[in-house]
Amino acid sequence: MRFELTPRTNISPVMRAVAPVVAFITAFLIAGFVIWLMGRSPIAAFDVYVLQPLSDPWSLQELVVKATPLALIAIGLSYCFRANLWNIGAEGQYTMGAIFGSWLALNTHGTDAGLWVLPLMLLLSILGGALYGLIPAFLKTRFGVNEILTSLMLVYVAQQILDYLARGPWRDPKGFNFPQSVTFDPAATLPSILEESRVHYGAIFALVAILVTAVILGRTLFGYRLKLTGDAPRAAQFAGFSARSTTLAVFAISGGLAGLAGIVEVSGQIGQIQPSISNNYGFTAITVAFLGRLNPVGILIASLVVALTFIGGENAQILLKLPLDLTQAFQGILLMCVLAADAMVSYRIRFATRGGGK
Amino acid sequence: MTTFEAILLTIVTASTPLLIAALGELVTERSGVLNLGVEGMMAMGAACSFAAAVTFDSTVLGVAAGMLAGALMAALFALLVLGFAANQTGSGLALTILGLGLSGLVGAPFVGARRDPVPPVDIPGLSDIPVIGRLFFEQDLFVYASITLTILVALYLVRTRSGLTLRSIGENHTSANALGLPVWRVRFWAILFGGACAGLAGAYLALVYTRFWSPGMTAGRGWIALALVVFAAWRPGWVLVGAYIFGAATVLQLHAQAAQFGVPSQLLSAVPYLATILALLLLSIRHGRAIGAPGSLGVPFVPDR
Repeated sequence: MRFELTPRTNISPVMRAVAPVVAFITAFLIAGFVIWLMGRSPIAAFDVYVLQPLSDPWSLQELVVKATPLALIAIGLSYCFRANLWNIGAEGQYTMGAIFGSWLALNTHGTDAGLWVLPLMLLLSILGGALYGLIPAFLKTRFGVNEILTSLMLVYVAQQILDYLARGPWRDPKGFNFPQSVTFDPAATLPSILEESRVHYGAIFALVAILVTAVILGRTLFGYRLKLTGDAPRAAQFAGFSARSTTLAVFAISGGLAGLAGIVEVSGQIGQIQPSISNNYGFTAITVAFLGRLNPVGILIASLVVALTFIGGENAQILLKLPLDLTQAFQGILLMCVLAADAMVSYRIRFATRGGGK
Repeated sequence: MTTFEAILLTIVTASTPLLIAALGELVTERSGVLNLGVEGMMAMGAACSFAAAVTFDSTVLGVAAGMLAGALMAALFALLVLGFAANQTGSGLALTILGLGLSGLVGAPFVGARRDPVPPVDIPGLSDIPVIGRLFFEQDLFVYASITLTILVALYLVRTRSGLTLRSIGENHTSANALGLPVWRVRFWAILFGGACAGLAGAYLALVYTRFWSPGMTAGRGWIALALVVFAAWRPGWVLVGAYIFGAATVLQLHAQAAQFGVPSQLLSAVPYLATILALLLLSIRHGRAIGAPGSLGVPFVPDR
């Protein structure tokens, strides 16, 4: 048996929109099968993973809290991926943003520094993430070094730096030797949107980033330039768009947004620096970006959907004793299904027996 | 055995998994397919080999299970990138995410278990040579196998008809297809070979290097293997050299941590990753971009007719 691929001449917009949904359902069926193989009931798992979090107000807030960093990072990555540039080191840029922002939070700790602290922290985090993202971009534009490998290697480096800070210079001297910093002052803490709510202002930042991106991609020359660079690099060159500056720009944007996500999580959610500040958000956001088809609205929906798998995973760990790794495995399957569905939109795929077919 | 000899011995042990995984990826890439899922396949190889080795109390079965797991993961990747002509970068990342998650599931019941060391195989006579004797002729079978594999891959690519076919498909799949060469079939086997090698590398990590399983134990080695292929300009001999340089960097930083120079241990832990970036940078400065890269690398293959 073999496959036959024929490019489709006209791609229907309905198929484009339906493809991620089909992919999601397929991924669910596969995951259900795996859970069945593990000797558990897939129906009970579906209840715990999906229905319970969606029917509980506390979980719904948690959903938004977890979707916030995912959406921020994924929207940044969509700039890179649209231009066919592969920044897979968002996890490192996220970490570096958190470090830059926290530096100010910890240095103003215990002083009566006022309202300027938080905005400056946010700016610093964007700066930190962008600078860290510019390293692989610069190595690529200046020396032609593959950005996939360098951006990924820098993730490990950033994690080591964070680990050093949390265990060394930034450790709370009164913290019983736990590897964590002091708790941030209220002036350095991202406030909740409503009293008694877990949802903080990061969610607003994510929405703004999505709106701005929708405008940039749809209505500006820069958006067109990204699309052209990704789809037809030679045409982009003839149009006078410098590949070099495009690369630097998209890495700075995606790094900056990942950095912002980092400080939003540390300041709005964790409240201190510790060796582990991410739920693998930087890598999971790659799945989110693809699931959302690199489209701003799509990414908004995808970030909520993927956040659900995190909360469902935690639920399942407590209620069904299913390991957390299942969540990550599911995210891998999901990304595969999305990519396969994308291909089915672009190509007509037929199974042909050997010798059969044309 | 002196400390110096001991360090040299551990360098060989640290380099072998990198070498095996990079050789597999090299063959896959020479056929024109970029599989970024090495880390995931390696993790699955490590988890499955350890699970099988503990369950059946057999290193041989463990190794077989590791290679099989790697190959199965690779088959999944092949289905995506060959069957559906899906984006190779995305599919490889998906494979890594899936492999890291699944390996956690497979390995969970075996956390805390330990395996006995695999006895070294002594080549009589040669192993009595001072210093290099113990280093080169009293290693475990995997080390000999990895060196043999390097030679075989090099001979296969350069000296055999089948290797020539594989390379020409990697250089230009459209022309190769027009000549009637079986693009899909060759790529399928090349991907599977890469997966089996990554699985074997994982098995080596779990059964020889650490002798236990812990989640995330591959610690980026799959990615370093990918970098090695670029560093080696897609040549097997240079993969061997590169793997040993990286193995040495890893081991020396571990010894430096133990010696406590007053340098933060985290800085030393970052050395292998920084060294990878530096190596890629130096290579690019010397040769310009992507020297030796197969022409069709990473491009999905869809025949015109």
